[in-house]
Amino acid sequence: MSIKDRAAIVGVGATPYYKRGQSYPETELSMACSAILMALADAGLTIKDLDGFSIYSNSCDPATVGAELGVPEVRWATTTTSGGGGCVGALGVAAAAIDSGMATTVVTLMTLQQLNKRLGGSAVGGMLGYATMSEGSSPYGGSGVSPSAAFTANNGLLSPGHSFAQIAGRHMHLYGTKREHFAEVCISTRDNAIKRPTALRTEPLTLDEYFNARMINDPLCLFDYTMESDGAVAVITTSTERARDLKQPPVLISAANHGGDGRWGPALFKYFQSPDEYFTSSGHRPVAKRMYEAAGMRPSDVDVALLYDHFSPMVIMQLEDYGFCPIGEGGAFVADGNIRYGTGSIPVNTHGGNLSEAYIIGMTHVREAVEQMRGTAVNQVAGAEVALVTGGPAGLPVSGALLRKDV
Amino acid sequence: MAGDFGTLKKGQFPTILFDPHADPTTQPFWDAAKEDRLVCQQCSDCGTFRMPPSPFCFNCQSRGYQYTELPGTGAIYSFTVVRHPLHPDLIDCCPYVAGTVELDGTQGAGARMLVNIIDVDPDTVKIGDRVEIVFEHVNDEMSTPRFRPISK
Repeated sequence: MSIKDRAAIVGVGATPYYKRGQSYPETELSMACSAILMALADAGLTIKDLDGFSIYSNSCDPATVGAELGVPEVRWATTTTSGGGGCVGALGVAAAAIDSGMATTVVTLMTLQQLNKRLGGSAVGGMLGYATMSEGSSPYGGSGVSPSAAFTANNGLLSPGHSFAQIAGRHMHLYGTKREHFAEVCISTRDNAIKRPTALRTEPLTLDEYFNARMINDPLCLFDYTMESDGAVAVITTSTERARDLKQPPVLISAANHGGDGRWGPALFKYFQSPDEYFTSSGHRPVAKRMYEAAGMRPSDVDVALLYDHFSPMVIMQLEDYGFCPIGEGGAFVADGNIRYGTGSIPVNTHGGNLSEAYIIGMTHVREAVEQMRGTAVNQVAGAEVALVTGGPAGLPVSGALLRKDV
Repeated sequence: MAGDFGTLKKGQFPTILFDPHADPTTQPFWDAAKEDRLVCQQCSDCGTFRMPPSPFCFNCQSRGYQYTELPGTGAIYSFTVVRHPLHPDLIDCCPYVAGTVELDGTQGAGARMLVNIIDVDPDTVKIGDRVEIVFEHVNDEMSTPRFRPISK
């Protein structure tokens, strides 16, 4: 039993991307509904066809969206747990629902408006909530103080950036990774965004500008951080058999796995108790192994990699964990130009990523993967037939998917 | 809470939680902290240390535990230098160093402490630096643990 190539992405819809807060007077609900309708139209389907929601990071409430849009019957409503790490894992859940016959047409989406809130709890008032969040709660909002949370409340580690900086710092310590390597991720990603009409950051980024940027928290500077954005992106998944009769060329889901090392857990945001092997990683290594096995593919089969880039060092560690270079050599790998669009051995984030296009918690990467597989991407990788898309790292699960052209 | 951080000291993140919300499992840590002692929960079956305290041993799933006193020293496993205050009222304590410390006398992973590391130069502090615990006695219930370099 496997979901390999049993389901396909047939429609993509997206609102414009906005800087944080600028999507007003739209709301998360209105943007979700717009993206869903556009994705259905893209596929040549209507709301009457939609019967499933496979979401992540509590992107929307299927009950509210279903009522708002007049979905005739909801037959599947699930979410992967935790945050953005579950993003492409939700595509696997959609495929499983479809392959089992429990749903026929499933939407996966993210809708995000950071008007009165900011992800990571870094806004005024959110800080204490983040620092003292209770067991099992999201890093994006506190809900009381648990006895274990008291152990971290007063330590000054308040945001996801403070966590990822520690992973980056240890990678530098163990493997000699340098800020120049982080800069190459930021600069190559920016170069990809320049031609994108959807991108929020399109001015060229130089090495000097990178090094002159203010440090937020060492070793991360302003440009190592994702942008904060608003917007919604939705994709529609259905059976491969049905997909072949629809409007767009199907993009097959060859594998979509989520999970990770059991000790990774919520460690990223709270306890940091993983063994060194996992602490100093993107957390994706176990998922990558299962994903390649499920698809019957190897890293050399991947033509374009859309890697979750909320923080630039995590791109380097994902390149290692997904097998594009040996563990610890990700810095040198990017320095050699390997992730550049047009010239590199594995083009990364051809859409400009979270760092330069927009941050819609992973879904912009899925959209780009679909466009690459359809052959319609702005920065189209010539002859691309297989795309890797990832979600996270965040708290467990993280996720990875291999999407391919139907050839 | 926001906007009421008291008088700030550069490099030292203020105590923002004044009550440890302790339960019977975690109370021994806070009791020892009042006496400037670092104790750590240890599995009474397999000896694995864990921090923060929790109901089950991740190594052998036992619920049996004891508290064992540690020397209170360790090494910086990783850290960040927080230069950008996440709240305007925290400007005066930035930059401060916060990170993860591996405790002497434990197996390391599983018993690390995430702490503010004080009295260090943010431009020269590095992974592997030796540190020792120091408690700030905030009130009858809360003694905030921090680490500082071991004086030579």
